[in-house]
Amino acid sequence: MAGDERDHGHEHLSETELRVRALESLLVEKGLVDPATLDTLIETYETKIGPRNGACVVARAWLEPDYRDWLRRDASAAIADMGYTGRQGESMYVVENTPAIHNLVVCTLCSCYPWPVLGLPPAWYKSAPYRSRAVIDPRGVLRDFGTELAADVEVRVWDSTAELRYLVLPERPAGTDGMDLEALAALVTRNAMIGVETVKAPAGRSGA
Amino acid sequence: MNGAHDMGGMHGFGPVVAEADEPVFHAAWERRMFALQLAAGALGRWNIDMGRAVRENQPPGRYLASAYYELWLHGATTLLLQAGIVTGEELASGRSERPADPALVARRLPPERVGPALARGDRFRMDEGKPARFAPGDSVRVLNRHPEGHTRAPRYVRGHAGIVLRDHGMFVFADASAAGERVGQHCYSVGFLARELWGREAPPRDRVFVDLWDDHLEPA
Repeated sequence: MAGDERDHGHEHLSETELRVRALESLLVEKGLVDPATLDTLIETYETKIGPRNGACVVARAWLEPDYRDWLRRDASAAIADMGYTGRQGESMYVVENTPAIHNLVVCTLCSCYPWPVLGLPPAWYKSAPYRSRAVIDPRGVLRDFGTELAADVEVRVWDSTAELRYLVLPERPAGTDGMDLEALAALVTRNAMIGVETVKAPAGRSGA
Repeated sequence: MNGAHDMGGMHGFGPVVAEADEPVFHAAWERRMFALQLAAGALGRWNIDMGRAVRENQPPGRYLASAYYELWLHGATTLLLQAGIVTGEELASGRSERPADPALVARRLPPERVGPALARGDRFRMDEGKPARFAPGDSVRVLNRHPEGHTRAPRYVRGHAGIVLRDHGMFVFADASAAGERVGQHCYSVGFLARELWGREAPPRDRVFVDLWDDHLEPA
């Protein structure tokens, strides 16, 4: 049976590949799509727009109290100031982790995600396990990522049901005094900006 | 619609499994499908809510069995067919049987305009002018409605009471936008106690925030 399922899955995939190829040929022949445009779109999200952008926003917020205030007041403008604007990040809202509050972002209905600062979402973010459980069992989801929260920490889950896009501002780890923006940004992971992880201190610099 | 896409609170899908060093795309066809959806969308014949509506409007079994970009393929072909831009025969053969409308061809996105178009994004905010029905701190209840068409009010909050945290301002109302109607309403972040949604076993202070429009809410 397992072999049958594999074969079936393989045929299914091949049929999908053929349908996508046919769709591209058709739209190109009709003059509605330029293949070079497709290449540019792909290259943009594979190499230019990704979580490094969001990490720079977070690092700057850690370094500059005025910038952090600006993010709280008007996240779209503050993030645009770093050059990150546009598609699927038109209206940004930043949620801030503190010792007492932990934030987690999901889109239960589809896959809404702040593209300009994080790029395209990872597969797990779009998956049924995450979309179903993030709202009913956020602490269990966090444990799937090895993140254990104290019982007295308040969990806030943000379901991206409209055109607001959410970025978690994680807590700055201890042991990072004196680090510059680039060094701090290198510590900030995509998962921390979705809220499934915390930012870890660099090895050998734990402040604890 | 009460479809399989509306997953909040469902059980049985198992743990969240993250892939180490995950690539942006997992196969060549995913890359092309992603870009085709954006390039076809740039023709301006549909909006993002219509796109979501056709992706979710499927038998639940098929939705759940589809890979993510297969849902995009289904969505893009459905929209192209509905808009009369392609025919089923053309999609099957990959060959054009009649020329496209020149006005549509004129809207083709050239590669040099990709960057500016992405940086500009979409226009979801509407001009102010309609008074907000609710203010931060107001108690509200989500209407217990089950429309067959598109809605962004997930099932797990319907009938439940929450508190308005923030008025985001006027936004295109997604539920109407999916039917092609561009109307603005205030959109709010509404906070629900986990216990209100999931019962007494939920942690007492945990909350879920959902963005909802005026037409989803009533005073509580």
